[in-house]
Amino acid sequence: MTKYLLAALAACMLCVGMAAAQDSPIQTLLQENRELIEKSSRRTIGPAIDALRDSGLPAAETVLEKWRDKDLWQRESDGLFFFAEKIDRDTLQLIDIATGDPLGEVPDDDMDQLKPNSGVRGMIAAALVQFQLQSPERRKRIAALNSIQRDPEPEHLDALRAAVEDEPDATIRTREERLLRLLTISYGASEETRIEAIRSFSGDTGVDVRAALNPLLATSRQAAEGDIPEGENVARKLRPGQEDFTKEDAYSLLVSKDLAPARISRADKRAALEANIADGQVGGVPVEHLNTEAARERAYASLAEAGTVPPTATEAEFEAALDAHVFYDRYAELSEAVTDAARGTLTSITTRVGLSQALDLSLDALSLASIYFLAAIGLAITFGVMGVINMAHGEFIMMGAYTGYVVQQLVPDYTISIIIALPLAFAVTFAAGVAMERLVIRWLYSRPLETLLATFGISIALQQLAKNIFGTQARPLTSPDWLDGALVLSDVVSISYIRIAIFVLALVFLAIFLFIMRRTRLGLELRAVTQNPRMAASMGINPDRINMLAFGLGSGIAGIAGVAIGLYAKVTSELGQDYIVQSFMTVVVGGVGNIWGTLLGATMIGFLQKGIEWLNPSNTLAAQTYMIIFIIIFIQFRPRGIIALKGRAAGD
Amino acid sequence: MTRSFLARNPSVLIFIACLALFTLAVTLMSEAGGSGAISTSFVKTLGKTLCLCLVALAMDLVWGYTGILSLGHMAFFGLGGYMIGMWLMYARTETIVTASMSNAAIPPTDQEIVDAIGTQIFGVVGGSEFPPVWAFADSLWMQLALVVLVPGLLALVFGWLAFRSRVTGVYLSILTQAMTLALALYLFQNDSGLRGNNGLSGLQNIPGLTGMPQSVLSLWFFWASAFALGAGYLLCAWVVSGKFGSVIRGIRDDEARVRFLGYSVEGYKLFVFTLTAVIAGIAGALYYPQAGIINPAEIAPIASIYLAVWVAIGGRGRLYGAVIGAAFVSLLSTWFTGGQVPSVPLGFYTVDWVDWWQVLLGLSFVLVTLFAPQGIGGLFDLVTGRRPPDRHGADLGPDKGSFREREAEQ
Repeated sequence: MTKYLLAALAACMLCVGMAAAQDSPIQTLLQENRELIEKSSRRTIGPAIDALRDSGLPAAETVLEKWRDKDLWQRESDGLFFFAEKIDRDTLQLIDIATGDPLGEVPDDDMDQLKPNSGVRGMIAAALVQFQLQSPERRKRIAALNSIQRDPEPEHLDALRAAVEDEPDATIRTREERLLRLLTISYGASEETRIEAIRSFSGDTGVDVRAALNPLLATSRQAAEGDIPEGENVARKLRPGQEDFTKEDAYSLLVSKDLAPARISRADKRAALEANIADGQVGGVPVEHLNTEAARERAYASLAEAGTVPPTATEAEFEAALDAHVFYDRYAELSEAVTDAARGTLTSITTRVGLSQALDLSLDALSLASIYFLAAIGLAITFGVMGVINMAHGEFIMMGAYTGYVVQQLVPDYTISIIIALPLAFAVTFAAGVAMERLVIRWLYSRPLETLLATFGISIALQQLAKNIFGTQARPLTSPDWLDGALVLSDVVSISYIRIAIFVLALVFLAIFLFIMRRTRLGLELRAVTQNPRMAASMGINPDRINMLAFGLGSGIAGIAGVAIGLYAKVTSELGQDYIVQSFMTVVVGGVGNIWGTLLGATMIGFLQKGIEWLNPSNTLAAQTYMIIFIIIFIQFRPRGIIALKGRAAGD
Repeated sequence: MTRSFLARNPSVLIFIACLALFTLAVTLMSEAGGSGAISTSFVKTLGKTLCLCLVALAMDLVWGYTGILSLGHMAFFGLGGYMIGMWLMYARTETIVTASMSNAAIPPTDQEIVDAIGTQIFGVVGGSEFPPVWAFADSLWMQLALVVLVPGLLALVFGWLAFRSRVTGVYLSILTQAMTLALALYLFQNDSGLRGNNGLSGLQNIPGLTGMPQSVLSLWFFWASAFALGAGYLLCAWVVSGKFGSVIRGIRDDEARVRFLGYSVEGYKLFVFTLTAVIAGIAGALYYPQAGIINPAEIAPIASIYLAVWVAIGGRGRLYGAVIGAAFVSLLSTWFTGGQVPSVPLGFYTVDWVDWWQVLLGLSFVLVTLFAPQGIGGLFDLVTGRRPPDRHGADLGPDKGSFREREAEQ
């Protein structure tokens, strides 16, 4: 008995459920638009989707989602809509669209799946955006904004406008407002609102603004007979034969618009002639005479007269066709006021971007300058103060970089390994420098040219040695995590932390150099020895020891520079070679024997190289070439460098 | 002063005689000339070595005699090679293109031939147009003139700028090195018009002589190189003998004093610099048809440094020293880097000379600079008994005055 009762109750419930399914407002709404939904065509479905979106019903969002995901089904017998999940091949689990309650399992014979095509799905998605924008979840709202930004549609405009009003979160609200203005640029209802939106972005360097404005100014090349037709938004008139619009371009434009007959290209003409060789002649011209263009023209003309080949436009027809037409670039956007406003705003943006780029370029140049300065500061001691040409200086930089690499192999923690590597690189190259000074250079102090050659010998040997030990492939010197990434100031201006670190390191070394040379005993004695070794010796200074220490110091700084350079460039055995000429240039341009000169020299070379690269961004090789030529010419005018020593300190 | 030039410079006769004997021996032993004891490729190597000797002569003239350590003469050498290479490549491509086009039904127009050559030559760098620098590539005589003119003009302009502003010593060396680097970097670009880092190739095939076997061709080039070396030696010996030679040696030893004596130091330097650049260009024009390929890496600063190394090891300040140094070191280098030298097993490590040759060269160079500033050529003084008086000091080397020693400096 109870069993029956329960069954009756269940049946009753089902009936109620069924009744609810039929009576719910959402179902009613769907039934009202039933024909449109069944037809499911992009052109006609609009009102149905709009009705759902604007209904304000809580179930509308779910229905749209399920519809988009092809989970909305229709019962053929009475036309009612349900959600359904496939249980197995022939059975469906029906779900009520209003309440989400399961309604039981039914065979799928009677059910029809709604399969909206991609066009309709896109429209549904646009409608859904409105729900997402007003979703209580912050994450969903941001995702919706992202998707609008990715591919904006005119439909989003209303949704956004509605969302802006009751957006509680300030940051999202700002973003929504910005996006709204961006969308207004492209899809705004009236010209005035669009122009207002365009003007509001004046001076805004965001990439999204430029992405929105540029399509407005996209042009297409047009040709018309007589005068330019009315109602065209002309960007500029073109005259055939001007720089970027040759007569051939103009004519092929006419041909592509079917305004003139095609001309036959030289290759085609040749092929046509070849196809019509008869008895060693083409159109009366012997084949062996066809080795000039004029003879070919003649032969082709006679063939065309005979009707064997299509006639081609003659030179006179070509000119006449060009004269009869006007050529112009046309904006796709029809309103002239809008394009003018867009151009104005874009100009102001370009100016701002240009300024930012100049700032960015200056930062780049500054960091390049600090790299050159780091590479050259060791030379400022050995070459600038002691006057020793050490061509193996670059190899000391390389040794420092390889020291850093070896340390990283032994100490896996990058931060600690860098901290160990810096003093270790100094120690290694200091020792190498002292050894070199003791063994080679001190015998050659009075023979600078031979010092140059002997140190070249050492440089060749050291390079090959590095190749033998570490191989020819580049070794990585990984920077610690806290040096990764970049300091981003705006869309255009950014500078990586590693470059800032190198800049700071360069300043530190400048300070150290000044301190040693001006405030320590070593600096005093070094200056004394370089000015007059015999006098210094009679004052109780040991010149041998001072020279040795000074040379070691210069080499040691090169080692530390090597670690810094290795952090941002790959470590190879040719690392030093890449810097040696520039380093010497830095010292020579700056003025030998003066650290401020070296600093100025590095700054000048850094800015110069970046400046030339900016003029010709595709070609860093050319930049280096022109820079070296510039330096050669610069030395003509200031042979002693930017800061020339005067008086007794100048020597000679 | 009535004695003839040759009587005053017996070394010239000895050198020419040795060179002639050597040429004769190689000719007789070559594949084309007789016994075939020397392979064609080795004849080419010897011919190339003679060209290197010629450029070493030029280097000795400018460094050993005038005291300008130029690190740019291999750039002039390479430029000479590029100039002749342009004609070789153009003319050879022209014969190939004409041959392939003559099979077509319709004879090609001149423009079509030029376009096809352009496509062939510049296809590798994605172009087909001839850049302006190739304007004379179709004329052998123009390109031969350019072999002399281009390095000469470059040296003239560069030298004028450098000497005029009194850049001397190591500064000049660094400046010439910068010039070489700039030139090499420029040529490395694809749009420099000389095929970027691909360089010019196929230069060993001489247009118009396609039927000639390489064995005969290599011998011809060997003779040409030997003749050029002989002529260059005569010219250099003539330049350094007599009054001009005294003046340039004076400039080397003390530039300021020569200037005070009223000589135009800049003029002398500029003449020597330009003359040697021309000689280097000619040497390059003979070298690269034998090498078969030229690319910007050949112009890199390191090549000029090696040139200085050869001259220093051979002994600068004497012409035969430069020749001996270039021949000795470059042949030794070929031998070592060719992998023909047996490796030395040390038990824990095997010294493979291909890897260690450069280390050996670098270190021996340091040793020569330190202990034998006269180089290999100094050995001849032992034979002739011409030794400097023993003043118990260290020799300062030729660029600081041949007869001055350390005491003079302190």
